[in-house]
Amino acid sequence: MSFGPFLLLAVMESLVTAATLALTAVGLSLVFGTMRVVNVAHGEFFMLGAVLAWFVTVSVGGPEWVGFVAALALAPLGVAAVATLADRVVLKRLNYEPEATIVATIGLLYILQQAALTFYGPEARPVEPPFNFRIQFPWFGYSGYKLFVIFAAVAVLLAVWWGLTRSKAGLIMRATQVDRDTARAFGINVDRVYAGVFALGAALAAIAAVLIVPIQQAHYLMGGEPLLLAFITVIVGGLGSLRGTVIAALVIGLSDGLIAFFYSPTLAKILATLLVALVLVFRPQGLFGAKA
Amino acid sequence: MKKDLLVPSRRSVLKGMGAGIVASAFPGYTWAQSSAPIKLGFQLHRTGIGAAYGRWYERTAQAALKGVNDAGGIGGRPVEILFEDDATDPKRGAEVVEKLANDGCDLIFGPLFSHVVIGSAPRAGELKIPYLVCSEGYHVASGMLNRWTLQPGITDVRSQVSSMAPWVAANLGKKVTMVYPDYAFGYDHRDFFTEAIKAQGGEVIAQIAIPPTETTFTRYLPQIPAETEVLYHVMVGPAVLTFVKELGDFYGSGARPQIFGFIDSLEAVDTASPGLEFLEGTYFWEAMNRVKQDGQSDHEAAYRAAVGVDDNGASVTDAADVSTYSHMFSVWETLHTIKAGMEAAGYQSTADRQKFVEALEAMTTMPEGPGNPQGDKLFNGKTHQVFGHQNISQVTGGKLMRVHRTSIEDGQYADAVDYTTMSF
Repeated sequence: MSFGPFLLLAVMESLVTAATLALTAVGLSLVFGTMRVVNVAHGEFFMLGAVLAWFVTVSVGGPEWVGFVAALALAPLGVAAVATLADRVVLKRLNYEPEATIVATIGLLYILQQAALTFYGPEARPVEPPFNFRIQFPWFGYSGYKLFVIFAAVAVLLAVWWGLTRSKAGLIMRATQVDRDTARAFGINVDRVYAGVFALGAALAAIAAVLIVPIQQAHYLMGGEPLLLAFITVIVGGLGSLRGTVIAALVIGLSDGLIAFFYSPTLAKILATLLVALVLVFRPQGLFGAKA
Repeated sequence: MKKDLLVPSRRSVLKGMGAGIVASAFPGYTWAQSSAPIKLGFQLHRTGIGAAYGRWYERTAQAALKGVNDAGGIGGRPVEILFEDDATDPKRGAEVVEKLANDGCDLIFGPLFSHVVIGSAPRAGELKIPYLVCSEGYHVASGMLNRWTLQPGITDVRSQVSSMAPWVAANLGKKVTMVYPDYAFGYDHRDFFTEAIKAQGGEVIAQIAIPPTETTFTRYLPQIPAETEVLYHVMVGPAVLTFVKELGDFYGSGARPQIFGFIDSLEAVDTASPGLEFLEGTYFWEAMNRVKQDGQSDHEAAYRAAVGVDDNGASVTDAADVSTYSHMFSVWETLHTIKAGMEAAGYQSTADRQKFVEALEAMTTMPEGPGNPQGDKLFNGKTHQVFGHQNISQVTGGKLMRVHRTSIEDGQYADAVDYTTMSF
């Protein structure tokens, strides 16, 4: 294959990675920015989203797109409910202490993973894409659904951005992020804000998973890789910075994809991890994060 | 004191001889002791990346066990199987071997994934417990493992690919690109198919190794050279369906090479799944045809019914639950070989484990029958490896239909090891 088409394919694949990565990482970043909780279980919320998407599509039946739309609506809600429960039962009782919550979310990771293994099983199960449309280029074919994933992710990110900067809920969230005690003094129910943010972060991971599950399959161990990449993204972009996270997701998704294409996937992972190390050494607040 | 231990006194020799005479004079005593069930340990990939295989290996083992027990057990004793999950993880695998040995199992069988087998076999050797693998890997016959590890239920990859290379070269093409998983099992394919196709005047023009944990594959596909005549693929793990679908998207409606795959790339997956239409007309290796073929033997029909697989290769209770039909027969055949070996060795207790291994090493031909429904086989006691027939199937109307069956001779190669000269 000549260089031009090769590059086109590489860019399209990388954008799909970047799009889902941005959704997952923004969820992680929101939770850290507002609550100062490093959510190690974030990847399991992603997995849970995929698993719930499978349950929804199987129980709804009918044409593929009906099941998919139902999954896109219900799976994030279900995951958000689980996250709210985890916040109320675990994180709140630990007073959101950074060290304690890391350990607690590691525990949550295993609980969710083993629960999925117990109730869903060890198999990888496919979810049918809402449409089977293939774009035939002169050099290769490409799944139309994958392009849809990119647009859908951009739409969700725009909605999140709008919600944070233009809505009252977003204002309350940002106020809590800046100073939790003052926010409380102004009558903001910080507990509710935290529960809401944790649920929103988990729901974003779940949306990313519902989008990706027609391409990959739902599997109880699928949460590991998005967690690692999301952490890399959030560290590079700056913890708590939405803009930084999205830009870092683009950079990492594209570089990961392009390096994997032209050299090897292992080299891509090595370089991404090296980038994290360099950022931590020379700019610990991240490329776009404010100084703590 | 030390001297006493090394050089037995006259008294201790007499005592020992006396004990021997007493034991041989009361054979009934030993029989009474061994009416307890024979306990077989099963190292199962119930979870982890091998779970689809594990599910069917367990069902096949249960079905074979029922058959053996209904027919009177082994040497008149009932048989039970202790299943232990290894999460398809080499480290856990070695621990499972240890646990099953400590639980008093007479032997261990059943693992499939080659990295697990290679990680577990040394521990079985140290514990001196027979370890019968159902793994396809060349690691048994290569001499890499030990005298306690045998593979009497499934042909190894080297033999499989050598026997099919002539057909591939003659019917599909001579310029081959290989896509395989980046670990031991994949390397067996890479090394021996490359060698075998060269012997046919063909050539492997590109080798693409993919990590077994990979979840997306499109990025590897542009590495397939345009002049490829045959694309040879073998993939494992939970992402196999993604691999095949992305391959379909990649070639789309454009020109594509001939495609020859190992059914591993689609084990436990329905060939008529949406997105797999492009597989129509492509070829697959199958050890045993998942779709019922014309002229299916009575033995296979009985086997198919016993393990609960319908004419399409799926579970009789759930048409979406497709079996791992080209691998799981090895569990059935291994259990029947265990029965034959134990009965030939006069197996009584764990003290007879060595006798059991020697009895297996003495085996040669295994005729097709209720215990060998996949077909007749030839066991090589020196290399601890069995050899059988392979099938090449073509996807026709969404179903895998056999177009060629190799002979056992096609897959023979020179012995690389003689385990029988190694100490126990």
